[in-house]
Amino acid sequence: MNAVTRALRSEGGKGLIMVSPPLVYALLLLAAPLATIVLFSFWTQNFLDIDRTFTIANYAEALSDPLYRELMLRSLRISASVTAVTVILAFPVAYFISFHVAPERKSLWLFLITIPFWTSYLIRVFLWRVILAFDGPVNGSLMGLGIIDEPLTFILYNANAVIITLAHAFAPFAILPIFVSLEKIDRSLLEAARDLGESRTMTFLRVTLPLAMPGVLAAVLIVSIPTVGDYVTPRLVGGSGGTMIANMIYAQIFDLNDRPMGATLAVLAMAIVAMTLLWLIARIRFWLWLAEGRGVWIALAAGLAEILAIRAIFTLGPGILGTPGTVLGLLAIATLGSVLIFLRVPKGRAGI
Amino acid sequence: MKAGPLTLFALLYLLVLYAPIMLLPIFAFNDGTVIAFPLRGFTTEWFGLLLETPALHQATRNSLVIAVSVAVLATCLGLFAARAATRYRFPAKTGILAFIMLPLVLPEVIVAISLLVVLMQLGLDSGNWSIIAGHTLLCIPFSIAILQGSFSNMDQSLEEAAIDLGETPLSTFRLVTLPLVAPGIVASLLICFTISLDEFIIAFFLSGNAPTLPVYLWGQLRFPARLPMVMALGTILVVLSIALLVIAETFRRRGLRRAGLKDSGGFL
Repeated sequence: MNAVTRALRSEGGKGLIMVSPPLVYALLLLAAPLATIVLFSFWTQNFLDIDRTFTIANYAEALSDPLYRELMLRSLRISASVTAVTVILAFPVAYFISFHVAPERKSLWLFLITIPFWTSYLIRVFLWRVILAFDGPVNGSLMGLGIIDEPLTFILYNANAVIITLAHAFAPFAILPIFVSLEKIDRSLLEAARDLGESRTMTFLRVTLPLAMPGVLAAVLIVSIPTVGDYVTPRLVGGSGGTMIANMIYAQIFDLNDRPMGATLAVLAMAIVAMTLLWLIARIRFWLWLAEGRGVWIALAAGLAEILAIRAIFTLGPGILGTPGTVLGLLAIATLGSVLIFLRVPKGRAGI
Repeated sequence: MKAGPLTLFALLYLLVLYAPIMLLPIFAFNDGTVIAFPLRGFTTEWFGLLLETPALHQATRNSLVIAVSVAVLATCLGLFAARAATRYRFPAKTGILAFIMLPLVLPEVIVAISLLVVLMQLGLDSGNWSIIAGHTLLCIPFSIAILQGSFSNMDQSLEEAAIDLGETPLSTFRLVTLPLVAPGIVASLLICFTISLDEFIIAFFLSGNAPTLPVYLWGQLRFPARLPMVMALGTILVVLSIALLVIAETFRRRGLRRAGLKDSGGFL
């Protein structure tokens, strides 16, 4: 028996053979296409054919054109708001199901929460347009109750409408991971904390919340990444003020027939989201570490200082370095900082 | 269950979650062409109109062909991954599985344009087969999540006993493993079918000139006069999705009972 067959007969080999059909499928239909759009982003469109000389012109344009920058920032802002709203509203519900619902009823609750998610996305988004409309039920009932005199106009065809609709669509995605991490908490820890004299609130803050953090983090990731690239919601309820980067990617590919630019925007959007999330996770770990070692105020001051510094570079930088230079520099420094934090600062109590 | 502010919040949350799909049938049966309150009276006219729209029937046929193929393909591939994940330790296991699960978090637009660019570059025509390929990629993670539950609940010694009693690995799989994970397989088939039937973005980018049901729906949303019909169609789709889900959930629970385990959560 030679080395190859022996390797294939081992447990690792058998496992690899077993996993290979889906793996090969994902490599062919996910990794290869993703690599292709990265390649495309370095080419340019010449009327009908594609110029295959390597260039970073697309990136320079994407980072310096104010329209692209505005769309990218807006997508990030909307995604951040959606994530915040979804996670904050989902936590109490997940907590309720995990701690207050009888064990045999839990799966019924989870099933009820996931059902709307499985029904047609298109239809749900469209119905939000009906609900939020000028003559829709929200305005109708608010006017009927005499709370407002005129229909609210800030709830449809703008970024707010996109946030409401997306927060609704991604609700189960936030509830499930938080629920799972809450379920894993050993209930005797909570009893111990109460027995040792902690109040109900402090037990929640010092035991339950830190132990639920991995679930919250999973919820943040699973909501924020897909929402940055949403296409349907901005188109249906966003109006012109709620257009996001995915709509621009679509326009580049289908309307303007500039596939390399579309690819560039897609790659940039993904890279920026990945780096922003990396930044966020690294900083949370750093701030928590500071708060434990040096006190909460030092940690808050450090966080505030970094955010203000980033803000200052972002507003002042373009005048000195040019926009592409500023953005790339900022991303590079922030990511380098994140990597350093991951290497040097140990995982905290919250599991982040 | 204690009634308190938390219970109230959860119930309110559930109500808001269901608000859009509860409005759907109201407008589908409303005798007015404008999708707004006040309602005008009861009619089934819009459902009748669905029967008289050939383009819709073509789109439905397309969607069904795609959804059935996706359900079968994704569940087969999911079976391999779920079994590998629960039975074997192998190099780079976490990385490989995370990579296969990646479509779960990746924005669909990214998946769709990368597939489209590759298709265009290879000079291939997009059509049902390309949508099937894209949807399968999207459904594999869900299939794995469901099947992993079935496999990890199964008692491994049953398989070992079959092997000891002289069955081949293949016949063990057919006679022992398959019946035990069958409820999971049915649940996975149904879920993948539902996802594919409702998926819009990938179908929109790759459909060419043969739209699927959601792509057809999207086209109709531009015409205000067609909206009541869209509502009727939406009602049917939602009812169908919910029916499929209830069946899938029943099978999943039956699988858990067969494995002698207590239920600990829903899908995912």
